Amino acid sequence: MIRRTLVLILIAAGSLQAQVSFDRIVRADQESQNWLTYSGTFFSQRHSQLTQITPTNVKDLEPQWIFQARTGEASNTKFEATALVVDGVLYTVQPPNDIVALDAATGRQFWIYSYTPSPLARPCCGRVNRGLAMLGDTLFMATIDAHLIAVDAKGGRPIWNIAVAKPEAGYALTLAPLVIKDKVIIGTAGGEYGIRGFLAAFEAKTGKEVWRFYTIPKPGEPANNTWDKDSWEHVGAPVWLTGSYDPDLNLTYWGIGNPGSDYNGDERGGDNLYSSSVVALDADTGKLKWYFQFTPHDEFDYDSVQIPVLADLDWQGSPRKVMLWANRNGFFYVLDRTTGKFLLGKPFVDVSWASGLDQNGRPIRVHGKVPSREGTLIYPGNQGGTNWYSPSYSPRTGLFYIPSWANYSTLYVKQDVDYVEGLRFGGGTGNGPKAGAVVAGGFNYRKEEEGFGAVRAIDPRTGDMKWQFKMSDVTDAGILTTASDLLFTGGREAYFFALDARNGNLLWKFTVGAPVVSGPMTYSINGKQYVAVAAGSSLFAFALRQ
Amino acid sequence: MGIAMRPIRIPVVIVFLLAAASSLLAQQQYTPVEAEIGRQLFTNNCVSCHGPEGDAVQGVDLGHGHFRVASSDSDLVRIMRNGIPATGMPANNLSQEQAKAIVAYLRSIAASAASNAIPAGDVSRGKAIFEGKGECLSCHRVAGVGSRLGPDLSGIGRLRRSVELQSALLEPPAEVRPNNRFIRAVTQNGTTITGRLLNQDTFTVQLLDSKEQLVSLSKSNLREFSFVTNSPMPSYQDKLASQDVADLVSYLASLKAQVNP
Repeated sequence: MIRRTLVLILIAAGSLQAQVSFDRIVRADQESQNWLTYSGTFFSQRHSQLTQITPTNVKDLEPQWIFQARTGEASNTKFEATALVVDGVLYTVQPPNDIVALDAATGRQFWIYSYTPSPLARPCCGRVNRGLAMLGDTLFMATIDAHLIAVDAKGGRPIWNIAVAKPEAGYALTLAPLVIKDKVIIGTAGGEYGIRGFLAAFEAKTGKEVWRFYTIPKPGEPANNTWDKDSWEHVGAPVWLTGSYDPDLNLTYWGIGNPGSDYNGDERGGDNLYSSSVVALDADTGKLKWYFQFTPHDEFDYDSVQIPVLADLDWQGSPRKVMLWANRNGFFYVLDRTTGKFLLGKPFVDVSWASGLDQNGRPIRVHGKVPSREGTLIYPGNQGGTNWYSPSYSPRTGLFYIPSWANYSTLYVKQDVDYVEGLRFGGGTGNGPKAGAVVAGGFNYRKEEEGFGAVRAIDPRTGDMKWQFKMSDVTDAGILTTASDLLFTGGREAYFFALDARNGNLLWKFTVGAPVVSGPMTYSINGKQYVAVAAGSSLFAFALRQ
Repeated sequence: MGIAMRPIRIPVVIVFLLAAASSLLAQQQYTPVEAEIGRQLFTNNCVSCHGPEGDAVQGVDLGHGHFRVASSDSDLVRIMRNGIPATGMPANNLSQEQAKAIVAYLRSIAASAASNAIPAGDVSRGKAIFEGKGECLSCHRVAGVGSRLGPDLSGIGRLRRSVELQSALLEPPAEVRPNNRFIRAVTQNGTTITGRLLNQDTFTVQLLDSKEQLVSLSKSNLREFSFVTNSPMPSYQDKLASQDVADLVSYLASLKAQVNP
C-alpha cells in the first residue's frame, strides 16, 4: 500500500517515470494504473484491479482522445496492438512497425520511431503488429521483416536491431515480445509459407541470442518420428502470439501454430509435434518441460495460437495451478500447468471433426471429417471457434470469457501443392465456394445459421457456458475484465461495448467506426481510469464524463 | 488476368483434339468444387479483361483451350501468377491452389457450354421482352431505369456467361445471393416492413423498403425480424418461349456497363 501511494505521488508531482524492472512486471497486478506487458500480467488474464468504472457508471463513459495512426500504407492494414502504459506514458505500434509514445492522458505525441520493413517482408495475413515489451528504459518491437529492435523509451532512438530470420522465406514477426528476467522472447509467424517455426530468447541489453526452441524437432531429436519421412523440414508450426509465464515454476508457455501444408496432410503423416500444441519451456534455457497437443495431425488450420491464461483455482477441493485454453479447434481445455496433465475439456462451440476428447484430452476423430477434394463441411471453420483474440479470466466471477465464432463452418477443400520457398503452402482452402459472401465490404447479410460472434462465459470448473452475448457478425476483438465486474470488448460491427461480467447484460456501447481487431486494456492517471482500444486505424481512450 | 502473346496458328482439327484431351484430363484431375472455387476467382480476377466467356482478348479463348503461350495446365498456373512481361497480362496475387482452381474452371467451361447450347438470340427483341412481357423492370434496373429492389443488371454481361444467364432465367436458384436477401420486419406497433437487406448489426438493420426508401430500424423496436426465404425471382421456363429466352439472354449478355459486381 505504501509503495502504491508513493508511485501515485510521484506521478502526480510530475513526470517521473521509474524503470520497468522485471520485478515490476512480475507484480504487475499490484500497480493496476499501468499496463506493463501484452496481456496485462504474466498470467495473461487481461483482468485489471481498477474499479473506478463500474456497472453503474459505465454509461457515462466517453472518448477522451483519439490517436489516428498514420501508416501511409494500404487501408487493409489492421491496428492490432495492445498498448503498454508506464507511469503516464502510452507506447504502441502503428502498423506496420512504427513505435509511438503518447501522453496517456491527452494522446499528445512525445516521439515516434519509424521503421520501414524490408520489401522482402511477406506476412501472410496483414502487415500487422500486436505490440511491445519493455524492460528498464527499453522497448522491444518485433517486425514483419523478422527483425527484433530495441528502442530507447525516453528518446525514441534505436539501441540495437537484429535480423532474426529470412523474410523472403516467409518468416515474419507480428507478436508482442515477452520479457522474462533479462531476456526478450519472440516467436515467428510464416506458417502459410512452410517455414520452420521457433521461439528464441535474446539478451535485452545486447540482442544476443541466448536460446532457440524449434517447434519442429529435427531427426535425432525427440518427437521427430511424429513426422513421416522428411516431411518435418517445411511445415510451419509458427508462433505469432505472446506467451505467458509462471515465475514460481520459471516456465513460459506458448501456443504453436498448425503444420503445413494447412489442408493437405498426405505428405506429413503422424501427429506432427509440436504443431497445434502448447509448449512449456524453461525460461532460462528454452528446454522443453512438457507439451500438450490439442489437434494431432491438424488439417484444419486450427493453430493453437491463443493466449495461455494461467490461474490458480480450487480444483476438486485442492488448490491447483492450471492453464485455461479456448482452442481454435472448438474445445475449451483446463490443463495442469506444472505437468501439462489434461484436467478437463469440452466444446464451447459446435464441433463436428471430433466427437469428444478421451481421458488424456486427445480428440476422438469423426470418420470422414477431413478436408477432401470434393469438399467437406466441418465445424468449426478454419478461423476456428476462437482465434488469437485475447480471452479474459476474472478471479472475481470465476468465469473465463471467450471471443467466439458460433454456428460457424467452412467447406474444406484439399488440393495438391509443392513447397517453394517464399510461396504459400496451403494445400487447399478452408473457405470453400460460397454462393456469395455473407459479409462483404463491411456490409453484413449474415443469417444466424451462417455463424455469429459471441462472448461466451465459461465456468472453468465444469466447462459449462454460464451466459453468452450474441452479435450478428463475428468478432476479432479481445476481452478485458475488471475488478468491478465489467467486461469490455468489440467486434466486426464497429462497436466497442461493456457488458456486466456476471450476467452478460449490455451496459454501454460506442460506435468506433471500424472493426475492433485488438484487445482492450485499461490504466489510470492521477486517479482517473481510462480504457483504451484500437479500432480501424485509430486508438481510442475512454474515461468517465466529468 | 490475361493469357495472351503472339498468336500461334494450329490447325482446327488439332485444336479440337487437344481440347478433347484436356477435357478428359480435367475430369481426372479436377473436382466440381475446385471448378466452382475457380469460377469465383475468375469472376473476381479475370473477367474484366477476358470477359465472362474467356474470349474477350483477341486470339485467346480460355474456355476452349485457345492460348497464345500456354500449352499445359502448369503453364497456365505460372502465367496467372507471374504474368507475361511487356503484355497486358499482369502478375496476380494468387496461390498455386487458387490458380489451379481457375484452371479447373477454365476446363469446365467448354463442357458446360456444350451441354447447354443456346440458340442465337436477338438483342433488340430481348430488350423489348425485358421491358415488356418479361416484367423484369419491376425488380431489376438497367441504365437507371427500373426497380432498385433486385440486382442492377446494367453490367451483367461483363460478369456472367450466357449459359449462366439462361440458367438463371429458367432455373433460378432457390436462394438469392446474400447481398440480395429480403427481410421482413414487424415493429412493436404492428407495422410490417419488407425490403432488401442493405446491412445489419446486433442492434440495427438497414434496408431498402418496398417503396425504395432507405430505412434504418432499431432491432429493439421490432416485434419480428426474419429473412424472406423464397427467392422473388420467377422461373421463365413456362412463361416464355425458348426463342424469347434466347433473345433475353442475348440482351442481358449485351449489357456491359462498368459497374461493380
